[in-house]
Amino acid sequence: MRLPLLAAVVAVAILLVAPFYFYSVTLMTIMCFVVFACSFNLLLGYSGLLCFGHAMFFGGAAYITGHLLKTTPMSLELAILCGGIFSGLLGLLIGVLSIRRQGIQFAMITLAFSQFVYFIFLQSSFTGGEDGMQAIPRNALFGLFDVSDNAVFYYVVLAVTLVCVFVYYRIVHSPYGEVLKAVRDNQPRVESLGFNPERVKLLAFVLSATMAGIAGGMKATVYQFATLTDASWPISAEVILMTLLGGLGTLTGPIFGAGIIIMLNDYLAGFGEWALISQGVILLVVIVFFRRGFVGEFDALTRYLRGRRAEAAVTKPENSVQAL
Amino acid sequence: MATIAAVAPPGANSAADITDKALVGEGLTKVFGGFAAVKDVNLSVRRGSIHALIGPNGAGKTTCFNLLTKTLTPTRGRILLDGEDISRMRTSDVARRGLVRSFQISAIFPHLTVLENVRVALQSSFGTGYQFWRSLRAVAPLNQRAEELLEQVGIQDNRDSPAAALSYGKKRALEIATTLALEPRVMLLDEPTAGMGHEDIEPITELIKRVAVGRTVLLVEHNLSVVSTLCDRITVLQHGEVLAEGSYQEVSNDQRVVEAYMGGIDE
Ligand SMILES: Nc1ncnc2c1ncn2[C@@H]1O[C@H](COP(=O)(O)OP(=O)(O)O)[C@@H](O)[C@H]1O
Ligand SMILES: [Mg+2]
Repeated sequence: MRLPLLAAVVAVAILLVAPFYFYSVTLMTIMCFVVFACSFNLLLGYSGLLCFGHAMFFGGAAYITGHLLKTTPMSLELAILCGGIFSGLLGLLIGVLSIRRQGIQFAMITLAFSQFVYFIFLQSSFTGGEDGMQAIPRNALFGLFDVSDNAVFYYVVLAVTLVCVFVYYRIVHSPYGEVLKAVRDNQPRVESLGFNPERVKLLAFVLSATMAGIAGGMKATVYQFATLTDASWPISAEVILMTLLGGLGTLTGPIFGAGIIIMLNDYLAGFGEWALISQGVILLVVIVFFRRGFVGEFDALTRYLRGRRAEAAVTKPENSVQAL
Repeated sequence: MATIAAVAPPGANSAADITDKALVGEGLTKVFGGFAAVKDVNLSVRRGSIHALIGPNGAGKTTCFNLLTKTLTPTRGRILLDGEDISRMRTSDVARRGLVRSFQISAIFPHLTVLENVRVALQSSFGTGYQFWRSLRAVAPLNQRAEELLEQVGIQDNRDSPAAALSYGKKRALEIATTLALEPRVMLLDEPTAGMGHEDIEPITELIKRVAVGRTVLLVEHNLSVVSTLCDRITVLQHGEVLAEGSYQEVSNDQRVVEAYMGGIDE
């Protein structure tokens, strides 16, 4: 169990020096989507709930955070937090109305709500409609520290991301996380054991929406603008793609998935439609050949290799089968 | 092994003695779109007994079972658990009152480990089920009890393997351990030996007998030899109605039951 810890330390060390080698805005974008994809994996990967409208939490919080920063002297971290709380409350409202539905019905209801939310943002004056919300200031952190320079702001985004990833890890490996995975595996059984599975799922939905909101609020402060795109269906689809690509229900899957997709988008940006076409191709390849995603396939491979080694070492074949 | 029948006090058949009945169905009726799958069924399960529900295919056993486990809501009739009317309660509330069911297909959590499967059930009364901010150390106190339960059903060696990797018989055992974690007063088992080969049937029958001590068990069962070795009392259903009730001896000598079973049951 020391290996994952070592990997985490190495990853943080790399992230600390990364802006000296890579364009910091790309890195910050990746981190925003890492948090967003983690929130989505919490839902689909660990609760079995497929939300087709997750962008409403992302984009909605971007507007709220941006609006607060523009119109109040609120400090930066509080504005991001308020974006998260807004999305959490929106998640609670939509969750209460839809959590009883399962499978594709739940997906379609969340899609319908997200279209509705999109329409509201389109019509509202505070969002700037089609023009988007421009010139969002980066108010001082804790009301004290100037973070307007990207070289400094990068570390704020890194800190928020690390906190969010830790919270995500904590939820998955908590007493509640155990019950949540049980609901995903067999909901009627969980109910027969005395739990209210709908309440368990509702909590997951609210937690996920909150985290998606933090991601959206963070993105609004990185780009210093918020647009309708952030709350639109393509973003909902992109986070699904990231999660599937990285590996559904794997802890680090969304981190890799978000990184790969954002870098690919960045790289292919100059090629116009090619970005979209390549996303489609990747999705197809993943669904057909690598159903467990990047991290899932990697885990399966290491387990397979370890299993073979164990099989060679242990005389009783039964044991190695169980280890798999 | 203690004989369960001996637990029953004298005069157990007195209808007035309500406290003697762990689970009672009164005038249970379930109508599916005009078709009554279960019609005015009266059933009482004596405390401490192992009671079987048998009958030919389509007799209404599963429907009856689902009514008693609160998976379905009765069209008419009442269900009493220890004298308390539970007809309109949720499954989860009934489970907390000590009535716990198992499922026909092994109801386990395939992606959790064997220990975690049982621990989830233990969390139900431990009250940590919604604590998303704590680490798993919060549920470490449950590990010992979980291990005891695994030992009780004989799968302690599989503690850390994913439940999906267990054999069919062991999955059943795990399901029973998970059910026992709730310390149910009344256990309802839906075809516990369904789909099992001979080598698995006997250990499971033994296991049920062992864990039934001090509890009340109602089971739906196809395998008549299991019924005859395990059960104190049998209710036979046919066309949604009670055809006969009594001990295995009484029921198997009943002419109507014999007729109902002619070419009926897949033993
Ligand atoms: N959900 C349902 N909707 C309509 N009919 C049902 C339903 N469940 C059971 N039935 C009918 O009720 C009758 C009894 O079924 P069931 O309780 O499954 O019998 P058993 O378990 O004894 O084989 C059958 O004729 C079946 O077709
Ligand atoms: Mg049946």
